[in-house]
Amino acid sequence: MPFLVLQDRTVFEGEGFGAWPAERGEQAGEVVFNTSMSGYQEIITDLSYAGQILVLTHPQIGNYGWHDEENEADKILLKGLIVRELASGEGSLHADGSLKEFCQEHGIWGLKGVDTRALTRHIRQQGTIPGVLVVGEEDGLQYWKRVENRELNWHPHQHWVYQTTTAESYEIPGKGPFVAVLDCGAKRNILRSLQEYGFRIRVFSVTTPAEEILRARPKALVLSNGPGDPSELPEIVATIRELLPKLPILGICLGHQLLALAAGGETYKLPFGHRGGNHPVQDSRTQKATMTAQNHGYAVREESLAQSGFQVILRNLHDGTVEGMEHTTYPVFSVQYHPESAPGPEENHKIFEDFFHKIGLIG
Amino acid sequence: MEKPTWEKVLVLGSGPIVIGQAAEFDYAGTQACRALREEGVEVVLVNSNPATIMTDPDVADRVYIEPLTVEFVERIIERERPDGLLATMGGQTGLNLAFQLTKKGVLERCGVKLMGTSLQSIERAEDREEFRSLMQELGEPVPPSVIVAEVDAAVEFAESIGYPVIVRPAYTLGGTGGGIAQDRETLEKIAQGGLQASMIGQILVERSVAGWKEIEYEVLRDSAGNCITVCHMENMDPVGVHTGDSIVVAPCQTLTDREVQTLRTSARRIVDALGIEGGCNVQYALHPERLEYVVIEVNPRLSRSSALASKATGYPIAKVATKIALGQTLPEIPNAVTGKTSACFEPALDYVVVKIPRWPFDKFSEADRSLGTQMKATGEVMGLGRNLETALLKAVRSLEIKTFGVLLPEFVELSEEELSRRCQKPDDQLLFIMAEGLRRGWEVAKLQTLSRWNPYFLRALEKIAKMSDTLRQAPWERKSLLAAKRLGFSDVVIADCWQSDEEAVYQFRIKQGIQPVFKMVDTCAGEFEAVTPYFYSSYDQEQEVEPSARRKVVVLGSGPIRIGQGIEFDYCSVHSVLALRAAGVETIIINNNPETVSTDFDTSDRLYFEPLTLEDVTAVLEREKPEGVIVQFGGQTAIGLAKPLAQRGYKILGTSIEDIDRAEERGLFDEVLQGIGAKRPRGEQAATLEEALKVADNIGLPLMVRPSYVLGGRAMEIVYSPLELEHVILRALAEFPGQEIWMDQYLVGTEVEVDAVSDGENVCIPGIMEHLERAGVHSGDSIAACPPLTLTLAVQQHIGELTMAIAQALKIRGLLNIQYVIYQDEVYVLEVNPRSSRTVPFLSKVTGVPIVDLATQVILGSTLKDLGIKPGLWPKPEHYAVKAPVFSFSKLIQVEPSLGPEMKSTGEVMGMDRTHEKALYKALLASGLSMAAHGTLLVTLADRDKAEGLPLVKRFRDLGFRILATEGTTEVLKKAGIAVERVSKLHQGSTEITEEIRAGRIQGVINTTTHNKKQASDGFVIRRSAVEHGIPCFTSLDTASAWLQVLETISPSLMPLESAH
Ligand SMILES: Nc1ncnc2c1ncn2[C@@H]1O[C@H](COP(=O)(O)OP(=O)(O)O)[C@@H](O)[C@H]1O
Ligand SMILES: Nc1ncnc2c1ncn2[C@@H]1O[C@H](COP(=O)(O)OP(=O)(O)O)[C@@H](O)[C@H]1O
Ligand SMILES: [Mg+2]
Ligand SMILES: [Mg+2]
Repeated sequence: MPFLVLQDRTVFEGEGFGAWPAERGEQAGEVVFNTSMSGYQEIITDLSYAGQILVLTHPQIGNYGWHDEENEADKILLKGLIVRELASGEGSLHADGSLKEFCQEHGIWGLKGVDTRALTRHIRQQGTIPGVLVVGEEDGLQYWKRVENRELNWHPHQHWVYQTTTAESYEIPGKGPFVAVLDCGAKRNILRSLQEYGFRIRVFSVTTPAEEILRARPKALVLSNGPGDPSELPEIVATIRELLPKLPILGICLGHQLLALAAGGETYKLPFGHRGGNHPVQDSRTQKATMTAQNHGYAVREESLAQSGFQVILRNLHDGTVEGMEHTTYPVFSVQYHPESAPGPEENHKIFEDFFHKIGLIG
Repeated sequence: MEKPTWEKVLVLGSGPIVIGQAAEFDYAGTQACRALREEGVEVVLVNSNPATIMTDPDVADRVYIEPLTVEFVERIIERERPDGLLATMGGQTGLNLAFQLTKKGVLERCGVKLMGTSLQSIERAEDREEFRSLMQELGEPVPPSVIVAEVDAAVEFAESIGYPVIVRPAYTLGGTGGGIAQDRETLEKIAQGGLQASMIGQILVERSVAGWKEIEYEVLRDSAGNCITVCHMENMDPVGVHTGDSIVVAPCQTLTDREVQTLRTSARRIVDALGIEGGCNVQYALHPERLEYVVIEVNPRLSRSSALASKATGYPIAKVATKIALGQTLPEIPNAVTGKTSACFEPALDYVVVKIPRWPFDKFSEADRSLGTQMKATGEVMGLGRNLETALLKAVRSLEIKTFGVLLPEFVELSEEELSRRCQKPDDQLLFIMAEGLRRGWEVAKLQTLSRWNPYFLRALEKIAKMSDTLRQAPWERKSLLAAKRLGFSDVVIADCWQSDEEAVYQFRIKQGIQPVFKMVDTCAGEFEAVTPYFYSSYDQEQEVEPSARRKVVVLGSGPIRIGQGIEFDYCSVHSVLALRAAGVETIIINNNPETVSTDFDTSDRLYFEPLTLEDVTAVLEREKPEGVIVQFGGQTAIGLAKPLAQRGYKILGTSIEDIDRAEERGLFDEVLQGIGAKRPRGEQAATLEEALKVADNIGLPLMVRPSYVLGGRAMEIVYSPLELEHVILRALAEFPGQEIWMDQYLVGTEVEVDAVSDGENVCIPGIMEHLERAGVHSGDSIAACPPLTLTLAVQQHIGELTMAIAQALKIRGLLNIQYVIYQDEVYVLEVNPRSSRTVPFLSKVTGVPIVDLATQVILGSTLKDLGIKPGLWPKPEHYAVKAPVFSFSKLIQVEPSLGPEMKSTGEVMGMDRTHEKALYKALLASGLSMAAHGTLLVTLADRDKAEGLPLVKRFRDLGFRILATEGTTEVLKKAGIAVERVSKLHQGSTEITEEIRAGRIQGVINTTTHNKKQASDGFVIRRSAVEHGIPCFTSLDTASAWLQVLETISPSLMPLESAH
């Protein structure tokens, strides 16, 4: 019998689907939930979930099948997917496949028949927590005992970013101005959004030194989204620190957090993160609020920005956390949420427009 | 810009319940009033419908129950001088009034500002022409279409773009007069009807997108331009069936995120361009195979869908829309659900919601049940579950259409041809028809081609159909039981599969430890701590509901709005809850109707949105362990549950089960009456034609015949001749051989109705209502006057005493309702309902006696003495009040409009004034009757009524009416010296009559039925064409004379000199 066993020994039984091993095996990761009602495909293929076990709160998942063109990445580093019910995927008459097949083909361990609301409420109350998918409850309990006895580590030593970033830097042709992307695990729709402006785009690996990026003479730099704890990435922060005064920069999600760190700010772990498509963000200048797509477990501590040269202009209406900041001297701007949507509200696409307009790359 | 400040606001209600405009506007209006007062605004409310919570004195600061006409509202404005008018809560009625008031310059003259969405915006959204040009500006796709004022132009356009096309009139309710035409001939017919239905004589002819996915978005936008979509919903029935007649799922289940976001973005653009300030509903057709859509329509106001969206998500749309109308912005408005965060967010659901319409076809067997662009449902139910199947099955068993599942035995016999034919032509039974197909092993693909339903929905239906097989193969197995429960199966259906009974399955299930838990509707899928006391059941792991230690009582609601059980019962349930809360008791409501105030999560301490069945109610009682259950206020739905609940050991508060039985079981009831020496019409049973004829001899004709079983309603009938009797009896016996048929002496007398509160000893009778129509017209369809008009004091006293005696004999604790007939100065008892009734809200408002509140306290154990209530019949009120029924015949094709012992009205209005005539005038006006005291009156009287009809017709003539009559009637009138012109009857091969009606040359019809209700009969055709053209049509002389009386009082008669002496 397949189980999810949380580190606090809470146990959820379910039925397996996807890429479970024949007999025994274990798949550990941080368990997080996303409340989006549609867009499971974009979420599952979002590299920011690398190494995590994802709980989707909508009770039936897989309804409209799988549409290849909607994948946000080719690599899949999601460890597990937990749903209450895996639906028949016939809702869309123009689908290419099914969620079930995708999980099988891409090594995602699926667990269905779980009271996902109970699990979600547990995470909300206890905070994000590691869990392990196992065949047999006992194996799970044993697993955490071994972790406590330091016999094994539930997460890899190397930061996930080094797997989610592109190995080789590569170029996307375009007639327009030249824009660089520092790829921490960029969602395809970020690149698509840039392509809409006809930019010539070069996507750099996070390991690329600052000089190399500067040598390419981009007109602007985009720091992409990505997985994990930004404070564990001093090298990348250093690179960005160097680039900050020299290039117009747009930071997104992890990119935003790295910018804050580069400017001397701090980040911290949210109790259970923001993951969904309905997070209201208010602009302190206009008081207007928009709905945003979010997926992050860490946030920028506002007080820590006092000396950073950054000014917070966007905040989360629910908990007041930092959602966007603007540099007072340099043309540098960043958002914590996903302006490129996919999945989620499209109303923040104009963030790109505003930024590139401001730095004169578009009319 | 600084915000406007509002001190006094006038809120417009939506008037009587009609098809297309039901209880959802009581919910919206009530929430609006509460929201306004929350902000310290003085609220004036006007609505002609007494059966609403919003018209309660404690909802608004001043309530006017007056006709919703420009004249009356203008006077109210003159008098109250509000600075704001809130019209967007009153449905299309409210908007249309706002238009007229503006056009007439009333608002400007009295300095009243229209709140929320501006009139220009509303006009741009509602006028098709303006709307289409705006859509073109925005580049939002709409189907190619033209607006025309003549049929020919419609045809011409259709020929140019090709068929099928759809016809849709501008400014109507519920799609009246719309339709899809496959060819020229049908187009001409539909266009004709549409032009007549439209307020502005325009129709839109449009490319048909029937078969596409139909999607709705509920959007809120504030004056600062903040804009959210509260909910998106998907119709299971593809485009072509009105959303109000469609099974609807929330949130959308078959759309990719790209599709969801594309439509969301479009909706926001449209709402933004319109400059909506408040709620707005946008409807789309989405191509099933590619990312292409068209905008179907925009409703720039609260609608039936927004009520559904509120209940589906827990987001209080009406409340927030009202605050927006006051000038607040979404980020400023606090979130009622979490208590902390702001209202500026979009709900995330972690459950599935299914709404199914409730149609009146169980009452109208002869009606055209097919579904199209014209709405026919009177109400709706909603089911919540953790999967589609559960939500669907919960909704099905909430409908109270005698089935708990989707497989109906009566379809097992259907031929394959019949089955596939019915799959292609949607009607109210399509769901069950398709389930039968799946049961037979039809492929989902096959049904998809036939019905154009999305395979996702069909697959769910198949799962349900197949589960029945699984159950049959595995009787009394835990595994299959659990699987069935997780799919939403009820014990009843499982019992069928196991050839057992509900109780056995229930016991087995409990032994197996298989019980539902309750989950919270929290708008955020568990992301935040929520405080909404709004729950639904699920076969899941975690129980979220913690019962409190307080004293608590469960109130059962009344389910969907249907003919015979309307909003009145929601009024009673809500009032019972308010009384309980006032008494410091924790209140728990169980109901399944998303339109109503009772299912607003802050009406009671706890709301369980569940089907009203033994099983579902039991689950709640098991969890909450209340002191008891109140069943008196939820109509027959709740009363019906009393006995089974008691048998499971739950305490029924108020009148005991035994006594309820004594009131409802005919035999027992006769004993009760004998006991106190009260008369009732003589009656006997018969099981064969011979017996029936014998009974007829004993009792004598006319008879009121009540078969105990008939398919599709239409039970009671009045028979005047042995021939009719034979006809009726044979028909009933043909349907159910050997059944017992009751035959009562039909007393052609004055019908009287009372509602009373009894504590078992003392009885308080706030008032007596006298019907203007003689007995034989259902109490719900008759005009009722309070105080009574013709009853002598002696008779009234006697009625008071009888009522007390009956209440005492039945040991009623709480409410009872009695209908009497006064026949030859004798008082006869027709029936006693040991519960609240349709007339309770009316009577409460006329007499000012808080009937339900008193009853509730009595149920809790107080006596009337404790409450300081004077027992006996109360003195008649100072003023006069009249309640008039409102019908929706124009929407129910093929339905017989003539009044009889079966109820047909969908709603009611009330008029109150210093004299009866004035009250009557208001009531009739509010009910929509034309008050023009001239023109042409078409009269055809049944022989039985000719003598009585004469003087009536004469008075119409004296008023100045031109009289048209058919052959027989003409003769009689001529003899009596009444000027009359003859029209030839239809069966004489002439269409003269219908032509005259269509041409608008007839202003009123008096047509009393000859009692062979053949639809072919002349009378039927005349009555139908009258109601379809909105011409007053009287089938009872009493109603006609009521109208006449009013016309006479408001308009001087024409009296040439010679006739004066
Ligand atoms: N172009 C069209 N082709 C086919 N069906 C349509 C079209 N437009 C509307 N309908 C159907 O008619 C129904 C009623 O139309 P709608 O404009 O919503 O009228 P109402 O104002 O009564 O809601 C819709 O719910 C839809 O199913
Ligand atoms: N014996 C009778 N004589 C005259 N009218 C009757 C008689 N029985 C019933 N009616 C008429 O039929 C209507 C419906 O009958 P009732 O028993 O009240 O049924 P329901 O339960 O639908 O109210 C009554 O309102 C009354 O007008
Ligand atoms: Mg509509
Ligand atoms: Mg009755």
